[in-house]
Amino acid sequence: MSTYYNPADLAKFGNITEWQSEMGNKFFAYYAEVFKEGALTEREKALIALAVAHAVQCPYCIDAYTTDSLQKGADEAQMMEAVHVAAAIKGGAALVHGVQMMNKAKELSM
Amino acid sequence: MKSLQARQAPLADTAYQLTVLTQAEAVGAQLPAFAHRLRESGLLPLQPTKLGVMQINVGKMCNQVCKHCHVDAGPDRTEIMTRETMQLCLQALAQTDIPVVDLTGGAPEMNPDFRWLVEQISALGRQTIVRCNLTIIVANPKYHDLPEFFARHQVRVVSSLPHFSAGRTDAQRGDGVFGRSIRALQLLNAAGYGVEGSGLTLDLVYNPAGAFMPGSQVGLEREFKQRLGREHGIVFNNLLTITNLPVSRFLEYLLESGNYESYMQKLVAAYNPVAAANVMCRSTLSIGWDGQLYDCDFNQMLELPVASSVRHIRDFHEATLAGRAIVVNQHCYGCTAGAGSSCGGATT
Repeated sequence: MSTYYNPADLAKFGNITEWQSEMGNKFFAYYAEVFKEGALTEREKALIALAVAHAVQCPYCIDAYTTDSLQKGADEAQMMEAVHVAAAIKGGAALVHGVQMMNKAKELSM
Repeated sequence: MKSLQARQAPLADTAYQLTVLTQAEAVGAQLPAFAHRLRESGLLPLQPTKLGVMQINVGKMCNQVCKHCHVDAGPDRTEIMTRETMQLCLQALAQTDIPVVDLTGGAPEMNPDFRWLVEQISALGRQTIVRCNLTIIVANPKYHDLPEFFARHQVRVVSSLPHFSAGRTDAQRGDGVFGRSIRALQLLNAAGYGVEGSGLTLDLVYNPAGAFMPGSQVGLEREFKQRLGREHGIVFNNLLTITNLPVSRFLEYLLESGNYESYMQKLVAAYNPVAAANVMCRSTLSIGWDGQLYDCDFNQMLELPVASSVRHIRDFHEATLAGRAIVVNQHCYGCTAGAGSSCGGATT
């Protein structure tokens, strides 16, 4: 069965430089810099990436940052809490627009 | 859980393990030969450097049955080193200036001559490392005084603790192991181990609890110190990260979980020539419970003896052994991936 998402494609991510090497290389240089230990630890960054991966619903990123979080010593509780942070922000983002809905409804109502 | 041997599992046969490792097509993987990668790095034949560590595996008997154990150790394993073989090890040691003797198992403390051996090594003025699984200290009253015994002989204690959380530790080492390990660590701390200024070294070993490689040793050490200190009041010196090698029960786990091919591919992709140059087998001699000689504990468990005319500790001859080529196979990718892996942790 063919599918839009093939797990084997994750290992080919670096190949995107083939068709635009300058931009691709700059992206990967930036990417590597972002994930280096800085004000945040590598483990904290992996957990943020894991949460964002769920928010943007990227299966490749979920695969990569589940592995990366485990490698950096995160446990299941920390990883699931990160996913809940993403869920809370996504849910909250939908819900907070309810204020707009309420404003508009009130504007239109007698 | 029982050992592979007790279950009469196919992987209990080391020849079958080597078949799995070397016939990559058997699991659909295309993996280059490790020797080929070494040759590309200018390291074949892999030669020993100055001997720094005599590692003695005093037996396969253990009170735990960990899922990842490359020894296939457990309570059902009865192979242990006799005092006579220990004496041969001590005679060999006395002929050399090897500074460190690394005692491993199984649970080395379960060998009835363990304490005698530590005393003899101490009398020769060499440092002893004991690979303590922690729970042995609280397993039986006869082991409760081990922290004081270790301290008396200035033994460096190196203890496995896969994670600072109970879930990930127990998943690898068995239910309740985390709680008992914490209790044992508290007893070691009470004896001065890991306490600044005591001179008593307590190092922890991190093995990933699954089919992934260890992350940064520095980062994990900081996290372990923070969490174990805050949640359990435990202090220790260093965290040593070790990559699980596809040998014995970890190999079984990889095959049964469908992770073998992807794990091997990860190791191959992470091959690091600098780590390859620093592998521990170059400066270590590994002695089996029956006195047979190996390049490392992993070769020992795969029954790959040293390629030398000297194959038993009774015939020990340092210069002859120094001329050997180290035996390598596909499992060696584990020690050469990423930051490198050894009994002393990362190697780069």
